Amino acid sequence: MAVLTSGFATALSGGNELEKILSLAKRAGAEAEVFFTSYEKLPAIFEANRLKQLKANQGTLVALRIIKGGRVGFAITTRLDNRQELVNRAVEVSQFGASARFELPLRQFYPQIEVYDSEINGVTVGQMVELGESLIARLRAHSPELVCDVEVAKETALVQISNTRGGEASYHKSVIDIAIEGILTRGTDMLFVGDEASSCHPIRDVDELACSVINQLELAEKEASVATGYLPVIFTPHGVASAFIPSLALGFNGRIVLEGASPLGNRLAEQVFDPRLSLRDDATIIYQPRSRPCDDEGIPSQRTSLIENGVVKSFLYDLQTAGLANTQSTGNGDRSGGLPAPRVSALVIEPGDIAFEDMVKDLREGLVVEQLMGAEQTNILGGEFGGNVLLGYKVEKGEIVGRVKDTMVSGNVYKVLSELAAIGKETRWIGGMISTPAIFCPKLEVTSKS
Amino acid sequence: MYKGEALGDQMREVLKKYHADYIEVRLEESEATHIQYRGRELENLSKSQSLGGNVRAQVRGGWGFVSFNNVNGMGDKIELAIRQAGLVGKEISRLAPAEPVVDIVRVMTKKNAATVPVVEKKLLLDEYNEIIWSTPQIQTSSITYRDSSKKVIFANSEGSYIEQDKSDLALRITAIAREGEEVQQAGLSVGSNGNFAQIEGLHQQVKETARLAVEMLSAPEVEGGEYTVVLDPVLAGVFAHEAFGHLSESDFVYENEQLREIMVLGRRFGGKHLNIVDGAAIPDLRGSYKYDDEGVPATKTYLIQEGVLVGRLHSRETAAKMKETPTSNARAIGYRYPPIVRMTNTLIEPGSVSFEEMMGEIKTGIYVKNWYGGTTSMEMFTFSAGEAYMIRHGRIAELLRPVVLTGNVFATLENIDAIGNDLGINQGGGCGKGGQYPLPVSNGSPHLRIRHCLVGG
Repeated sequence: MAVLTSGFATALSGGNELEKILSLAKRAGAEAEVFFTSYEKLPAIFEANRLKQLKANQGTLVALRIIKGGRVGFAITTRLDNRQELVNRAVEVSQFGASARFELPLRQFYPQIEVYDSEINGVTVGQMVELGESLIARLRAHSPELVCDVEVAKETALVQISNTRGGEASYHKSVIDIAIEGILTRGTDMLFVGDEASSCHPIRDVDELACSVINQLELAEKEASVATGYLPVIFTPHGVASAFIPSLALGFNGRIVLEGASPLGNRLAEQVFDPRLSLRDDATIIYQPRSRPCDDEGIPSQRTSLIENGVVKSFLYDLQTAGLANTQSTGNGDRSGGLPAPRVSALVIEPGDIAFEDMVKDLREGLVVEQLMGAEQTNILGGEFGGNVLLGYKVEKGEIVGRVKDTMVSGNVYKVLSELAAIGKETRWIGGMISTPAIFCPKLEVTSKS
Repeated sequence: MYKGEALGDQMREVLKKYHADYIEVRLEESEATHIQYRGRELENLSKSQSLGGNVRAQVRGGWGFVSFNNVNGMGDKIELAIRQAGLVGKEISRLAPAEPVVDIVRVMTKKNAATVPVVEKKLLLDEYNEIIWSTPQIQTSSITYRDSSKKVIFANSEGSYIEQDKSDLALRITAIAREGEEVQQAGLSVGSNGNFAQIEGLHQQVKETARLAVEMLSAPEVEGGEYTVVLDPVLAGVFAHEAFGHLSESDFVYENEQLREIMVLGRRFGGKHLNIVDGAAIPDLRGSYKYDDEGVPATKTYLIQEGVLVGRLHSRETAAKMKETPTSNARAIGYRYPPIVRMTNTLIEPGSVSFEEMMGEIKTGIYVKNWYGGTTSMEMFTFSAGEAYMIRHGRIAELLRPVVLTGNVFATLENIDAIGNDLGINQGGGCGKGGQYPLPVSNGSPHLRIRHCLVGG
């Protein structure tokens, strides 16, 4: 198959343009910061077991933030040819903007955090297609009826930040991502299985992914039922990500804390969680897709301990929120296409000492939750979660006996995580966003149709 | 506003030079205003501007897709998309026929938000925020406002050339109450096809929202289990969207033999009183337009008529493969994405049961209003209510904490045993699918009563 990738060569550089925008902003009487990103993403998309589409997404974004008369102005464009208009817009909205409670960072030293592997340029579309094909073939060899959607994508990006106080940062990033979703239909019964892997390094084989999905298929082969009531529940890493993380990401957000809307806000240094639970935000792990040498405001990345042995240690801040809260930025200024705001970079839950198998062995009757659907569509600010067990298994006498359906699990993160039965010793990454072991909760509300 | 016009005029001519089974080009220029309050103070007011486009090509049934911000060098982009499609395609390209269209559609929105001065927008939101803050026991508030207007040029190798203006507006107001470690929130979501007047005059609703957040602090949690539930029109609209709408999107079905058997036209899903329709041709709503993103004129499609599956939503490709007619439901949230099959305005049509009759027969049940969200796996769906009350002996009783409802689509539609004689339209929020979020849609319904619905806290 021919090579289509143009790779890094096409990622535009903002270069001089950024300096020109900054000097226009200066002329308008403002301190200013320009954030520039340019990316190219090449996904190969398989639908219903077959290659369906090859894509090339190329894009650029320029975001200008100014401080004029003590107020923040902000404007975004995809065009580099309209500098004066960009500055005019930022100036126009600055009269309504929030009072700036920070100063743009000076030139500084950044930690060496590698998130770009040049070998990604050698990954051809043909190789990406082969990865997808071999993954589908492996799964269909196990379950011939399985209908798979797969996306294999590689992305390269350049980020540049520059401000009128001399602050300057720039880095390249490479990411390969493989996601698989399979449906097995029997009558009107549908079984959903799936997993995902991502890395800044090229991914050369799909062995781990295939094993993970085959394991789901095997555990879900039989059906089992569960009665409404309170049961012990083991959340697998996927389960942890779908049930607990949306609430925790808000609860530790400095902005939510500042507003007094986080249940954790006034519990700094208190024992809120189980003493075995430790959680940190960490953008410094090399070659992890969410890592970076600095945040989107040019503040060096760091490891921030959020929970240490169950004690609330700190919250996550960007520059403005830190200024309002009288503290320092934790390097969590994240843009997501808009004005910087505090957001988690990547969360790491420390492993415990119990093997997953031993947790299951310990269980007389209970559930294993792999995927909770809709869990985040409730009052997550208050810590609540509740959803349909899209993929989960019944445990009887220490053994997984089959998959449950028509079953809901709900609870409150702050109560549930305050007393755990065990924390698993095996950890894994989910979506590049969180590294977590399995978490075993002694008692949760389970509602079932049967 | 832009220099795309000249580019667009040349597109049809240019496309003739290339060899593929099908090629389309889209150019899009958009402007948006974003206003956000977190707490009492305005956090962010910004204006964004974007110019971009894409090329999509089909060769032997395979697709290539290239999106870009730099509109120079269109020829290279078209060639790349064709080359990609050629690497994928191993069959025959099939697209349902669509008459080539040449048309220019200018936006006709009343009081278009794009023309309203920023200061007027801010003053209105200030008023709403102040109402929340003047409510005792309110801890904080959050307001997110966004309006956008865009001009889209579409041309394809079959001779279509369409310029279409689109505008959209979405507002979410959240009141957050707190007592000790207890945090509760209540929200109001509204939207329109860019008409700013539709978000004016919400003062009373904002006040109610703030009051509700406070009341929830002392409300009990529901005891999980199966209940008879009555849905208000707003939540029932979300139910129609999640519980059935997504299952009607043919891209889930067309390549999957087993699903095609399940979703065979003529299958009974509910009682004779059940009628569900979707269509961009229903005017003046967030999901309304004249042409979809493949240039197919808008329609109105019955999905369920008298309880029986009679239709589904199509792109040109899914229609061809299922030997049905395109329904103008191929939509993309923007130029970075290819069009996929999406809903537009999805409605359950009114029935004949009054609210009093519906409630009167319920000894113990739950009345659910408003939405937090909803999601579906096709077979299973969940949706969550922003406001819930116990029903006791036919009357609305005590307020509950927010509840999550879940069900199996193949059973739940049959469990709808009463359809109200009213109708309400929900234009808040947006729909997400295949990484494309938020897509402007609307949904609506009368009050609904559903038996044996699984409810959790």
